[in-house]
Amino acid sequence: MAENVGIGASVLRKEDFRFLTGRGTYVDDINRPGQLYAHILRSPHPHANLKKIDTARAKQAPGVIAVYTRHDVNEDKLGGMPCGWGVKFKDDTPMKEPAHPMLATEKVRHVGDPIALVIAETRAQAKDAAEQIAVDYEILKPVPTINDAIKPGAAALHTEAPDNVCYDWHIGDKSAVDSAFGRAHKVAKLDLVNNRLVPNAMEPRAAIGDFDSANGDYTLYTTSQNPHVIRLLMGAFVLHIPESKLRVVAPDVGGGFGSKIFHYAEEALVTWAAGKVKRPVKWTADRSESFISDAHGRDHVTHAEMAMDKDGKFLALRVQTLANMGAYLSSFAPAVPTYLYATLLAGCYATPAVYAEVKAVFTNTVPVDAYRGAGRPEASFLLERLVDVAAKEMGMDRVDIRRRNFIPNSAFPYQTPVAVQYDSGDYFGTLDMALKASNWSSFRDRQQEAKKRGKLRGIGISTYIEACGVAPSNVAGALGARAGLYEVANVRVNPTGSVTIFTGTHSHGQGHETTFAQLVADRLGIAMDQIEISHGDTGKIPFGMGTYGSRSLAVGGSAIVKAMDKIVNKGKKIAAHLLEAAEADIEFKDGKFSVAGTDKSKTFGEIALTAYVPHNYPLDVLEPGLDETAFYDPKNFTFPAGCHICEVEIDPDTGNTTIITFTAVDDVGRVINPMIVEGQVQGGVAQGIGQALLESCIYDGNGQLLSGSMSDYTMPRADNLPNVDVSTHVTLCTHNPLGVKGCGEVGSIGSPPAIIGAIVDALSEYGVKHIEMPATPQRVWQTIQAAKGKKAA
Amino acid sequence: MDLTGEVRLAADRETVWRALNDPEILKQAIPGCESVEKLSDTEFTAKVVLKIGPMKATFSGKGTLGDLNPPNGYTISGEGQGGVAGFGKGSAKVELSDDAGQTVLRYTAAAQVGGKIAQLGARLIDATAKKLADQFFVKFAEVVNGKPAG
Repeated sequence: MAENVGIGASVLRKEDFRFLTGRGTYVDDINRPGQLYAHILRSPHPHANLKKIDTARAKQAPGVIAVYTRHDVNEDKLGGMPCGWGVKFKDDTPMKEPAHPMLATEKVRHVGDPIALVIAETRAQAKDAAEQIAVDYEILKPVPTINDAIKPGAAALHTEAPDNVCYDWHIGDKSAVDSAFGRAHKVAKLDLVNNRLVPNAMEPRAAIGDFDSANGDYTLYTTSQNPHVIRLLMGAFVLHIPESKLRVVAPDVGGGFGSKIFHYAEEALVTWAAGKVKRPVKWTADRSESFISDAHGRDHVTHAEMAMDKDGKFLALRVQTLANMGAYLSSFAPAVPTYLYATLLAGCYATPAVYAEVKAVFTNTVPVDAYRGAGRPEASFLLERLVDVAAKEMGMDRVDIRRRNFIPNSAFPYQTPVAVQYDSGDYFGTLDMALKASNWSSFRDRQQEAKKRGKLRGIGISTYIEACGVAPSNVAGALGARAGLYEVANVRVNPTGSVTIFTGTHSHGQGHETTFAQLVADRLGIAMDQIEISHGDTGKIPFGMGTYGSRSLAVGGSAIVKAMDKIVNKGKKIAAHLLEAAEADIEFKDGKFSVAGTDKSKTFGEIALTAYVPHNYPLDVLEPGLDETAFYDPKNFTFPAGCHICEVEIDPDTGNTTIITFTAVDDVGRVINPMIVEGQVQGGVAQGIGQALLESCIYDGNGQLLSGSMSDYTMPRADNLPNVDVSTHVTLCTHNPLGVKGCGEVGSIGSPPAIIGAIVDALSEYGVKHIEMPATPQRVWQTIQAAKGKKAA
Repeated sequence: MDLTGEVRLAADRETVWRALNDPEILKQAIPGCESVEKLSDTEFTAKVVLKIGPMKATFSGKGTLGDLNPPNGYTISGEGQGGVAGFGKGSAKVELSDDAGQTVLRYTAAAQVGGKIAQLGARLIDATAKKLADQFFVKFAEVVNGKPAG
């Protein structure tokens, strides 16, 4: 290769040209001939019986083509929104899985619950007509929070779950944990909340349904992270359209962070409606609508205890978590606080026994599902905060107690007490690098200097682990997953030697078009401009499960590698024929097939041309063409881990926290493009800072969303963010061909406990043990005042 | 949040009580009120245009008078649907007492909004409700006696 574009090179992102010059094609940029516009009438009430819905006046309004309600959904015998993961109660009975209608039927269960679909010639006409729909609500008592939901006698959202409990699940060996607590030298205890977040991707969701009445084909353009999953769920469960008659296109998508994994009612509504009115139907959410219709994230209330021996070794961990599901089960919601959370509670530590109980409840709020990190940020926040408390309890240094309990490098593969097996890692290595990069040892000097300026300076550390690349399909299936979790790649070598890769993963900011092209350049030895990555269209891509859980490179990249292996093997056969040598003697390197030990060779392009113009070709034993597809099913999760260190200064007069430095050392396995990895970590850390310091989704006691706009929901801005010092420490994943682990979520998983740990450290002179997120100036100031009051009293 | 306040009216308690039960006077006093129609002695419908923060919407709803204690006071409550803007509801307990030939009207009011109007304007609702309550009773005093008494 002339240029260094292979694995390990910081190649500039190919996709940035169109993004930075405003030439991306997002769903709302697409307009179909004769397109109509949809507006969805949503409930302003969190909990009410839906009595009469009168659409007569709306149907007469100017420009209105159709108004659909529950009546039409029933008449067309459509299904409800499906849930893709079933979790069981402790006694092995299945979770409560109430119906999730596209348009509310007998009840509305959250502010924003869709009631009617109005289709008109213009967006304004659809909105105006929605005003004319008269809905008769019988108001019911709302259940806005987890604590409201579990109160005895609380109003029930669903008749299937009279106590509002979706499931009460557990994992681990309870008796081993109980017995370890019985012989503990000390026990550290912590109650904490993982604050509810609103994802807020830059591009709001949008969907266009299109119907070709000539042959009965449907096309859905949608803002999705996984178009094949949408096709599968919507076709099979909601609209009953065969996949052969349904194409789902997810073009450029402006950020997802998990919130665009799920199948949403609006996608099914516009597709269905397009078939009914025989014209394309477009829906685009505005920001206010996103707040009340995109799945939210996190929202846990947890009590945890760590038992320790006299040396500060962890003996056992006990965790009780209440998790909010919202009003309905979103596509993958049940898996998030169970298999993506409790299975990570061992962390980087060799704790021999862990027992976790998770009770998931329904509330009159927007459904909650995976959001960047999905379960692992909740696990790392809990565990890393508890380890800090444990250090304090033992009178030990926070770093020492971690070192003392780390899983030793010699123990891999390491089986945790909560089902998963870590393949590789070096927690000591990432820790040492981060301590050095952050100048940890001289922190107390900086703290003294800050004190002279009247500032409280603190340092926090988190040594997190997470799991990506979920997971062997059979294992996930045994745990309740209702879909496969493999990935698909089609490597199409074109006759003149350029290559088009069709991947079932989806890029919505991650830079796949560059990273994946680097894999190809590296393996096939061709130039970047000869490689095209195609994704996001079920009409082009054989199949795929999409992008979530930092799986694209570990699973999707591995599928590409597998398909390229097939290409190279076939190329060798063709080369052997052309070079009149034995296939076993053909080597492929730097884009050339050569006979070992000779100067006889054929370029990749020559082999491609021969495959498509097979005049001199072994047609009797080999098919023409050079086009291979591979399905790759992962053998295990991957386990990225790392150490994040945050240094803050607090102004005690205002409670304002400033992040002075942030150091991230992450082991994401082999790094394909260091620049993209750095960007992913920085973005993740920005979201972690948002969660730790700024963001909080609040419902009032009446079930109304108070933080429902950018004026009230504080997203991190440039001035909230430090310069994040990112580096990597690589141990290779042992079970995928690239040795990669995934980098998309480490930032949001590792950072919150380091930030909160730093604030608690800064406030240590007030005896503060923990502070909840977001640690806003108000909360920090009040914590200081309360501590001062206690001291005075 | 409960809002409280009082106004002095240069009229006797009977006159004030009658005014409090007169839809025409209520219509003039309710801020943004476009129409009031009496359904019975204790029920009326109304159409009110309200602006909260960035939102402006027409609320159609029903008002009721309860806890009737003539001529000493009542509770006036209303609930209106603002279409896609959401809904608003509120109530005010009104108490009348004599003071040196004038009438003192004391009120305790509470307001709640829902839907989009809450989503965008919840943080403004208390201030808005206070302003609306003040406007109502100031206007009511003007209508009853030409101008507010002290």
